[in-house]
Amino acid sequence: MVDSSRNINRKIGLRMWLSGGWLLFLFLATLFAPIISPHDPLAQDLFASRLPPIWMDGYESTYYLGSDSLGRDVLSRILYGARIALLVALIASTATCIIGATLGVLAGYFGGWVDLVISRLVDIWMAFPPVLFAILLIAVLGTGLTSIIIAIIVIDWTRFCRVIRAETMSQSAMDYVASAQAAGRARFGIMVKEIFPNVLPTIVVLLTLEMGIAVIVEAILSFVNLSISTDFPTWGGMISEGRTSVHQAWWVIVFPLITLFLTVLSFSQLGEGLKDRFDPVLR
Amino acid sequence: MTAFLSIRNLSISLQNGERILRSVNMDLARGDVRGLVGESGAGKSMIGKAILGILPRALKIDEGEILFQGKNLLNLNPRELRKEIGANAALIPQDPLTALNPSHRIGRQITNRLVDILGWSKSDAVKRTYDLLDEVRIPDPKRVINSFPHELSGGMRQRILIASAFAAEPKLIIADEPTTALDVTVQKQIVSLIGEMQSRHGTTLLFVTHDLGVVSKVCQSLSVLFLGKVIEDTSVSLFFDNPSHPYSRALLTATPKYTDPNSDLIPVSEKILNSVKEEVLRLDREWSNGR
Repeated sequence: MVDSSRNINRKIGLRMWLSGGWLLFLFLATLFAPIISPHDPLAQDLFASRLPPIWMDGYESTYYLGSDSLGRDVLSRILYGARIALLVALIASTATCIIGATLGVLAGYFGGWVDLVISRLVDIWMAFPPVLFAILLIAVLGTGLTSIIIAIIVIDWTRFCRVIRAETMSQSAMDYVASAQAAGRARFGIMVKEIFPNVLPTIVVLLTLEMGIAVIVEAILSFVNLSISTDFPTWGGMISEGRTSVHQAWWVIVFPLITLFLTVLSFSQLGEGLKDRFDPVLR
Repeated sequence: MTAFLSIRNLSISLQNGERILRSVNMDLARGDVRGLVGESGAGKSMIGKAILGILPRALKIDEGEILFQGKNLLNLNPRELRKEIGANAALIPQDPLTALNPSHRIGRQITNRLVDILGWSKSDAVKRTYDLLDEVRIPDPKRVINSFPHELSGGMRQRILIASAFAAEPKLIIADEPTTALDVTVQKQIVSLIGEMQSRHGTTLLFVTHDLGVVSKVCQSLSVLFLGKVIEDTSVSLFFDNPSHPYSRALLTATPKYTDPNSDLIPVSEKILNSVKEEVLRLDREWSNGR
């Protein structure tokens, strides 16, 4: 009994360490990109184009992960690209979470016409194809960081709303809510003090998942050239550019892809780990 | 003199018109302990919920009044009702596993109510909590106060819920099948604990249960409910000696006696069930004609 719970703890620990470590590394990269990058991410050098990474023949010593067709350093671009990725992940997902979770808790707890209005809104919203919706939005708002963040919020708040509404409803049916009500607590107080703490673990998991999704959405939008201007490196932009030369220089597309993959994976694993920390029963 | 708690002609139905309670009448004097028995689905919990104002939203009250200390609870607005019920009544819920908030420590759950809702000082509330945990015989109250609900056994949690119900010294407590979710061995302790606490505090108690054995142990009077209709309202001694309604008689015969392990269980016969159902439906027709 004691041993098995310790085992679980250790597993959670390893997962948290790995994913947290990778995200911390990215975070530091965003802060210190100018110092640790071997090259200017925008500097083109046609004499150094399509250099392979450092362990292959024909490498050049400071291009650790090779260079792209314009001679720009892949590693430096990935490090600078982390800035946009993390910025979007943090701001867009937090805002999405606040809007979606608030509406979800309100709909789930108050029910009645509040639920009716919010749920119908979600249904209508989800009937739009999300990528098309995003492209349309950016066409209206114009490209840029703010537009991307707004697009992510507008597309994804429904995801939070749905799940949190269901979770709130199941918590509302618990006896502790009836007890609190019989004890004379006001409905708003019950929602905030009794139900919200029990929905919080779910919110945390969704939030971290959303961070991963936000990174992907940003990459998709840069892939179709709808992200911020092309003279600022983004992972999606790199993947999009690398696509054209994948046979001559696979490293241009593969390294940003791996970075993207690890980042999204880390966010979701961190979420799972945090959920176990937040949940009083599993703690 | 008006009764302490008096339910007059209370009818509750679902949105689709299906009746849950059928013109229920019930009187409790101060300090009474009344059992409310019936099979599952008879609506016994709904009476308790109606008194406390925590009926599920799908139900609507058709008519009747609940007079509590002379005030009709059904005429109060939500804020007044909260104040009236919060200060004077409490609930011992059915399922101790879901009746405590899993996110809060035990101590906080008991004191919060006293501090936030009834305006006690923090130190008074903490002191009161220790006294109560002592009273419901919880060993090592210091550890329990700092525990989360999942760290305690079902019996412990039910003791805590009892302590919490008595915390503000309410005049009325509604025990909604407080032993149903518990182990048989713990049930007896919990029942006698509730009885003991009731007589010490002089609280009026409405004990919802389907266990006639529990009723004979704790209650002085009882109401038998069938399909949301009170079919017998009598004192416990009269009921066990000489039940007047055929359904009550059948119910008593159906209660297993553990003295003879080979005896068969005697279910309530179809004939009696059907005749009571017919009686109830006839009253239903009269009721809807009168409206």
